[in-house]
Amino acid sequence: MSDTAEHPALAHHFDSLAQQREATTLGMWVFLVTEVLFFGGLFATYAIYRSWYPEAFAAASHELDVTLGTINTVVLITSSLTMALAVHAAQLGQRKLLMTFLIITMILGAAFLGIKSVEYYHKFAEHHVPGPGFVFEKEHIRHAQLFFSLYFVMTGLHALHMIIGIGIMLVMLYWAWNGTITKEYASPIEISGLYWHFVDIVWIFLFPLLYLIGRHAH
Amino acid sequence: MPPRHYLNNGYGVKSWLLTRDHKRIALLYLASVTFFFFLGGAMAVLIRLELATPAGDFVTDETYNKLFTMHGVMMVFFFLIPAIPAVLGNFLVPLMIGAKDLAFPKLNLASWYIYVIGASFTTYSLVTGGLDTGWTFYTPFSTVASNSNVISAALGIFITGFSSILTGLNFIVTTHRMRAPGMTWFRMPLFMWSMYATSLIMVLGTPVIAITIILVASERLFHFGFFDPTLGGDPVLFQHLFWFYSHPAVYIMILPAMGVISELVAAFCRKQVFGYKFVAFASIGIAVLGFLVWGHHMFVAGISVYAALIFSILSFLVAVPSAVKVFNWTATMYKGSVSWQTPMLYAIGFIGLFTIGGLTGLFLAAVGLDVHVTDTYFIVAHFHYIMVGGTIMGYLGGLHYWWPKISGRLYNEYLAKIAAAIIFFGFNLTFFPQFILGYLGMPRRYHAYPPEFQVLNVLSSAGASILGVGYLLPMIYLTYSLRYGKIAGSNPWNAVGLEWNTTSPPPTENFAETPVVTWEAYDYSAPRA
Amino acid sequence: MASHILPKRVYYTIFAILLFCTYLTVQIAFIDLGAWNTVAALTIAVFKAALVVLFFMHVKYSTKLTWAVVLGSIFWLGILLALTMTDYLTRGWRTYG
Repeated sequence: MSDTAEHPALAHHFDSLAQQREATTLGMWVFLVTEVLFFGGLFATYAIYRSWYPEAFAAASHELDVTLGTINTVVLITSSLTMALAVHAAQLGQRKLLMTFLIITMILGAAFLGIKSVEYYHKFAEHHVPGPGFVFEKEHIRHAQLFFSLYFVMTGLHALHMIIGIGIMLVMLYWAWNGTITKEYASPIEISGLYWHFVDIVWIFLFPLLYLIGRHAH
Repeated sequence: MPPRHYLNNGYGVKSWLLTRDHKRIALLYLASVTFFFFLGGAMAVLIRLELATPAGDFVTDETYNKLFTMHGVMMVFFFLIPAIPAVLGNFLVPLMIGAKDLAFPKLNLASWYIYVIGASFTTYSLVTGGLDTGWTFYTPFSTVASNSNVISAALGIFITGFSSILTGLNFIVTTHRMRAPGMTWFRMPLFMWSMYATSLIMVLGTPVIAITIILVASERLFHFGFFDPTLGGDPVLFQHLFWFYSHPAVYIMILPAMGVISELVAAFCRKQVFGYKFVAFASIGIAVLGFLVWGHHMFVAGISVYAALIFSILSFLVAVPSAVKVFNWTATMYKGSVSWQTPMLYAIGFIGLFTIGGLTGLFLAAVGLDVHVTDTYFIVAHFHYIMVGGTIMGYLGGLHYWWPKISGRLYNEYLAKIAAAIIFFGFNLTFFPQFILGYLGMPRRYHAYPPEFQVLNVLSSAGASILGVGYLLPMIYLTYSLRYGKIAGSNPWNAVGLEWNTTSPPPTENFAETPVVTWEAYDYSAPRA
Repeated sequence: MASHILPKRVYYTIFAILLFCTYLTVQIAFIDLGAWNTVAALTIAVFKAALVVLFFMHVKYSTKLTWAVVLGSIFWLGILLALTMTDYLTRGWRTYG
């Protein structure tokens, strides 16, 4: 305890860095609980409409590009690996390695967003954006629209979380560069990692639920 | 007054707007929620004026829709939900557990700014044409039909939700990680338990209303058909998601008040609260059960009968922990040396009014009876007994009890007792007739009604004007006491609890040195100096 | 309390399993299993998520409180889904009287 009592990163109202670290980690976990329930509302909506309109959802899902979706899944999982390695480097106080892994994580995150925007562009071009201009085979047009509404809201909010995550990574990179992050004070990297992995988990569910319905039937 | 305390530690606007001191942030919240309380109250005045006569002669029907909508939105989201947690909770949580501050002081300040920004958006929709959806924003009216400012009002509530989440997160982490040496979970004051339970609801429920608002906005702006039946959506789904948050939100309002009452009853009966652990776990029980009952708002909305039965049974269960609390407070008073000071008057008022509000809640949990009274004044009376009779009684009781700690000065006890009596009388006169009106079949949310309902409505409007006077009084004598009140001293009530072990007002760091707790909560058997 | 530092080998192993699961879930989607397609997709997704939570997010080596927070969030998600579904799954049922 006493060895960290004078640490520059220690806020005045904590007794030790350990107490501070436990508090911030718990704070991040509690925040992730709110995120689970936030996306939970979307998953509930999805579950209901998919159970009501299985054929329309399968037909609409078939319009998504499963190759790009799979590539994006791999990109995101890889970024989770590099994030985990960044935390590892931070805990060992390896500053250069930490910065390298943060940069790779950001690049992978940006790549994910790039591929996502290509997919969005295709949907615009194919008139699969819900609204008066929506085009789809007659039989399922109304309920396919519901699928694409869910698709855009779910992936859109996920992408927003990715953008925020990249912003956090930028701050972390700066802190790693200016020496704020040390072996004793790695908790900002750790909790940023928790956030990044959470965003990855959301995608782990979104991918099969949006891209992989009824693939065998078409 | 102590020479150095949080109020004289820095003067000027900047020392307040950039403060990270939980006590100053509590006062920022106090000012803002008071503003919205009186704004919402002003609309209530106009509503009761309109209802004094059967004809719709004072405002048009459209204006009336906007009045009750904004009254509900202002009161629920900008007063009742933040009132006790963000004002009294902010002030007391660190003091009660012997901490220097909340775990995340910057986040705490941010949550106040988020509240102000959210409130501004909603107020903007108020001044630019208003909102007429009711505070519940039911679809498809709110998404395809309403011509009022739904988006900015909903956006304001979305933003304010984050303020609520951050407060809850801060309290949870603080309770887990910042307790002073010796302050075990079962030595914490019961107010802490109820703040913890409230925080759980804030953290678990609020995100669902956030996503629901996003879905409403996307339907209104981009015609995404989540709730619009013509596009394949289900309007009832909105109600599921809305009440998943908004029913537990009722417990965000009432649980903190229950925590306050536990403190008041112990302090003014000079006794350990009867069945401490039962009261503590009842708070957690209410928080958990509160998430299982939302369907009782939807019995006539077209949900399946089987779901209605499940929700009905679960709703009855909430009565158990609520009753545990009421019985234990009563048992605490039994053979206690009760002193009838102002906070205790509010506590007694709370117990009575909450009992009526709670028992009429059982009527609404019963499917058959609920069908009869849904959307009548019976509902209005019931939830005002909980929210006004419960939450505001608890809030005012707590504000009076801790006012000497907050300001360092005593208010005029004589005026305060009169105000408490006026509020109790005015409240009952306002809302008890509404139970009868509702049972006789007067629907809510109409600006005109048949003449045979006039007598009861006039009684209600008369009660409302008495209630209004009652609410203005504390505003006046509390403000007056800030400058002219007698010096309180650190422990004017001779109460136990860590917050009374420091000076009034407390120093910025709360305690001269970190306290070490070696005694149980409410240990009135061995009085300390 | 020092943080628990895992050997890098653990991260690479988990990464390999995650990639394999992604391959698996895509392959299974193209085989007609009827309703079991959804079950398989969700089972694999839950398994992947569990790996990320336990190892990448270090929950396996964390305090009981962290476990409680994680399990609590899943439990409340369950409440939201289950109680909403009690309505949707029983709306078509017969009523008597």
